[in-house]
Amino acid sequence: MSETIVSMQGICKSFPGVKALDNVHFELRSGEVMALLGENGAGKSTLMKILSGVYTRDSGSVTIFGKECGDLSTKQAQALGVAIIHQELNMCPHLTVAENMFLGREKRKGFIVDTKAMEAEASAILSDLKIHISPNEIVGNLPVSKQQMVEIAKALSINARVLIMDEPTSALTAKEIDELFRIIRRLRADGCGIVYISHRLEELQHIVDRVTIMRDGQYITSMNFKDTTMDEIITNMVGREIKEKFPRVECEKGEKIFEVRNLNAGHLVRDISFQVYAGEIVGFAGLMGAGRTETTRAIFGVDPKTSGELYVDGKAVTINGPMDAIRAGIVLAPEDRKKDGLCTKLPIRENIALPNLDILCNPLGVVSKKKEDSMCRKAVQDLHIKTPNVEVDAGSLSGGNQQKVVVAKWLARDSRVVIFDEPTRGIDVAAKVEIYNLMNQLKQAGVAVMFVSSEMPEVMGIADRIIVMCDGRITGEVMAKQTTQEEVLTLATQFENKFADRAV
Amino acid sequence: MGTLKETKKKKLAVRGLGAALVAFAGWAVLLIVFGMIDPNVLKSGNILNLLRSMAKYLLVGVGQSVILITGNIDLSIGSVVAMSAMISATMMSKGISIALAVLASLVCCLLVGALNGLLVGKFKLPPFIATLGTMFCARGVAYMANNNRNTDAISTGLGKELGDGFQNFFYYGKTLGVYNAFWIAAVIFLVVFFIMSKTRTGRHIYAIGSNVEAAKLSGVNVYTTTTKAYLISAFCSFVVGLILAGQAGMGNMEAGTSYEMYGVAAGVIGGVSPLGGTGILLGTFAGAGVWQTLENGLGIVGAPVGIQRIVIGVIVTGAVLIDILVRRGKKDK
Repeated sequence: MSETIVSMQGICKSFPGVKALDNVHFELRSGEVMALLGENGAGKSTLMKILSGVYTRDSGSVTIFGKECGDLSTKQAQALGVAIIHQELNMCPHLTVAENMFLGREKRKGFIVDTKAMEAEASAILSDLKIHISPNEIVGNLPVSKQQMVEIAKALSINARVLIMDEPTSALTAKEIDELFRIIRRLRADGCGIVYISHRLEELQHIVDRVTIMRDGQYITSMNFKDTTMDEIITNMVGREIKEKFPRVECEKGEKIFEVRNLNAGHLVRDISFQVYAGEIVGFAGLMGAGRTETTRAIFGVDPKTSGELYVDGKAVTINGPMDAIRAGIVLAPEDRKKDGLCTKLPIRENIALPNLDILCNPLGVVSKKKEDSMCRKAVQDLHIKTPNVEVDAGSLSGGNQQKVVVAKWLARDSRVVIFDEPTRGIDVAAKVEIYNLMNQLKQAGVAVMFVSSEMPEVMGIADRIIVMCDGRITGEVMAKQTTQEEVLTLATQFENKFADRAV
Repeated sequence: MGTLKETKKKKLAVRGLGAALVAFAGWAVLLIVFGMIDPNVLKSGNILNLLRSMAKYLLVGVGQSVILITGNIDLSIGSVVAMSAMISATMMSKGISIALAVLASLVCCLLVGALNGLLVGKFKLPPFIATLGTMFCARGVAYMANNNRNTDAISTGLGKELGDGFQNFFYYGKTLGVYNAFWIAAVIFLVVFFIMSKTRTGRHIYAIGSNVEAAKLSGVNVYTTTTKAYLISAFCSFVVGLILAGQAGMGNMEAGTSYEMYGVAAGVIGGVSPLGGTGILLGTFAGAGVWQTLENGLGIVGAPVGIQRIVIGVIVTGAVLIDILVRRGKKDK
C-alpha cells in the first residue's frame, strides 16, 4: 500500500526577482490523499507545476514510480501518469467537451480524427462521474463549475496514477464536492496518489490522509492528518496564530444608503429588491448560478437591465454603464480577477489608478504623478500588498495579492456602495482576514457593503444580514446571528419546490 | 519597497523601454555598418535626407502603434494617406485656398477614423475586417477626388509662390538646419507620446489593449477610447498625405500604398506588441529609424530592390522572434 510513488528532494526554483521554491521536499505514497497546504505564494502551485512538467526546476531531484526524472515536459509527465487540474481552468472554450478531453492525444482512424470513439469514451467517463454533460457540448457554453468537472474528467481519462488537484472545489457546489470526494476515494482505493491543494481547510477531514505544509517557498513539515489539529496546521501555514477566523465588528445600523427596486436583467436577475443600510454588511448567499454575480453586474451597469430602479442616499440614479455607477458612488470588485479584475500586463500602479483617473487627472486629462504615487503607496500599505514595488506587472503577483490589487483599486476612492463578488476565492487564510477587516472598516465608515460569497461560514461570519438567492430570485432574508446554515441552504434551494409547485 | 535603482530597472522592463533602447542600439549599429561600407551614408546631407524620409514612417508608425496597443489594427492607414493627399491637392490645384483644402482633407480623414472607431469599438467588428473595408473605401475616395486621375501641380491653382510655400512648409524647407517634414513628425510624435504616457486617454488605451473586460469594469468607455485611438491614427495619416503632396507638388492616387504595414513594422521593431497592452512609442521612433536607414543604406550601397525587401522582411520578423525567445528564456529560468 504505502509505497512511495513520487519523491521530490531539494527542489529549487527562481523566477526573475523571486525565489519561489527553496530546497523543498515532497513525498507521495500510493493509496493516499496528500494535502499540500500553505498560504498563497507559499510555492504549492509552483512545486506541482514542476512535478507535472509545466516548469523546469533549477536544481533538485524528482523520482516518479522509482524512476529518476530529468527535465520533464508536460507530455512526459502525462505518460508517467501525472495529471494536474490547474487552479485556473485550461480549456479551449471553442472546442467540445470530448475535444478538450482528448486534446493532444486525439484518437485517429488513419489520418482522420475519430470523433465518435472520443465522444463515446468521454461519455463513458462523464457518466461514470455522474456528470450530466453531453460530450459534444461546447465548453465555453458551460458554467464554470461544469467546466471544472470536465477538467477533472479529462485528468481521470488519462488513467492518472498521480493526480494533482489545485483548488478543485472552489467552484463546485456541495453536491458536486461530494461527488468529487467519492471519486477521489475510489482512486485512492485503486492505489493512486492524490495531491490535494485547497484553502478550504474544513474540507480536509473528509478526504485527507497526510498533510505537507509549505511557507514562503520552503518546506515546513509533513504529518499524518489524524495526528494533528486544525490549529496546528494553520499555525504552521502562517507561522503565527490567527485568533479570529471571522473578525466581526459591531456597528449601529444607520440610515438607508442603497436601495434596489424591482431589478430585472435576463432570467438570472428577476424582480430583485433590497436595501442596504449604513453600518451593516449585507451578504448574498446562494448556490452557483443563483444569479448573484449577474445581479451585481446589472447594478454596476455591465449588463443591460430590462427594468428596475436604483437609489443612492434616497436619490434615484440612472446607470447605463460602469462609469455611471462609479459616478453615483457604486463600485464593484468583480469575481474573476484574471478575466474581469486586472490588466495583468500592466503595472500595479496603472491598475490601481485606472478607475480613479478622474480623481488623479487635472482638467486637461493629464495624470498627476504625485497624486498617483501617494494613492498607490497608501493602497499597498493599507492592504499589505506584497510586492517589490508598484511597477511590476499585476499578473506576476500571487493570487491573494492580485485580489488585493483588485480591491485596492476600488477602495482608493470614496464610494457609497461597495460590492464584493467572491473577494476571498482562492486566497489564503491570512489574506482572507485582511479582506474581512477591510470590509469591516468600510462598514464602520458608514459605507454600504454588499458581499457575495459561496462559502457559507464566511457569509455567516462576516455579514450582518444575509439575502439568499436562488434561480435569479431572492428567496429569503435572514439575520446572520439568528440563522443556521441549514436555514440558508433551504432558502438557497427553494427553486426546486417552486418548480414542483408549478408542475402541479 | 525596493531601492530607487530597482524601481527604475523594473520600469525599464515593464514599460517596454528596454525594447525601445534595443531598437535604438540596432539603429546605431545599422548606421555604423552602412557607414563602414560606404562613408557617404554618414555624411550630414544623407543624414538629413534620412530624417526627412523617415518622417512618413514615423507618423504611420505612431498611428499604427497606438492602434496596436489597443489590441487592434488599422489597415486603412495607407488609403487615408492617399485620400489626404488627393483631396488637398485636388482642391489646391483648382485654386482653392490652402487652409480650406487642408481643412477639408482633415475632416474627411477624421471621418474615416471615427468610422473605424464606430465599427470596431461599438459594433465589435474584428478590426482586421472593419479597417479592410474602410481601406478600400478610402482608396476609392482618393480615386474619385480628381475623377480617377492624379492631380495637376498644385501651383497651377495656387500660383508658384503659394505652391512653393506649401511644398517648403511640408517637405523642402528647413528649420534650424533640419527639414520641416522631420520637425512636423517629431512634434506630432511628442504630442502623441505625451498622450500615451501621461494622460487619462493614454491609460485607457493601454488598459483596453491589456484586458478589455477589466477596463470596462473599471469604468473605461471602450467605444470612445477605441475611437480616440483611430482618430489619432487617421490624423497621422492625414499629415503624411500632406507631406507626400508637398513632396510631389501634386496628388497621387497610389500614394501611401502599404503604409499601414510600414507602420506595423516600425512599431513591432520598436517593441510594440501586436497583441496589445505593451510597448512604448519611443520604440516606434527607433523602429521608423531602423526602417528608413535600411531603405536608405541598402540603396546607397547598391543592393538590388529585391534584396532590400528581403532584408527588411527578415528584420521585422526577426525582431519579434528575438523578443519572444528572450521572454520565453526569462520565464523558464
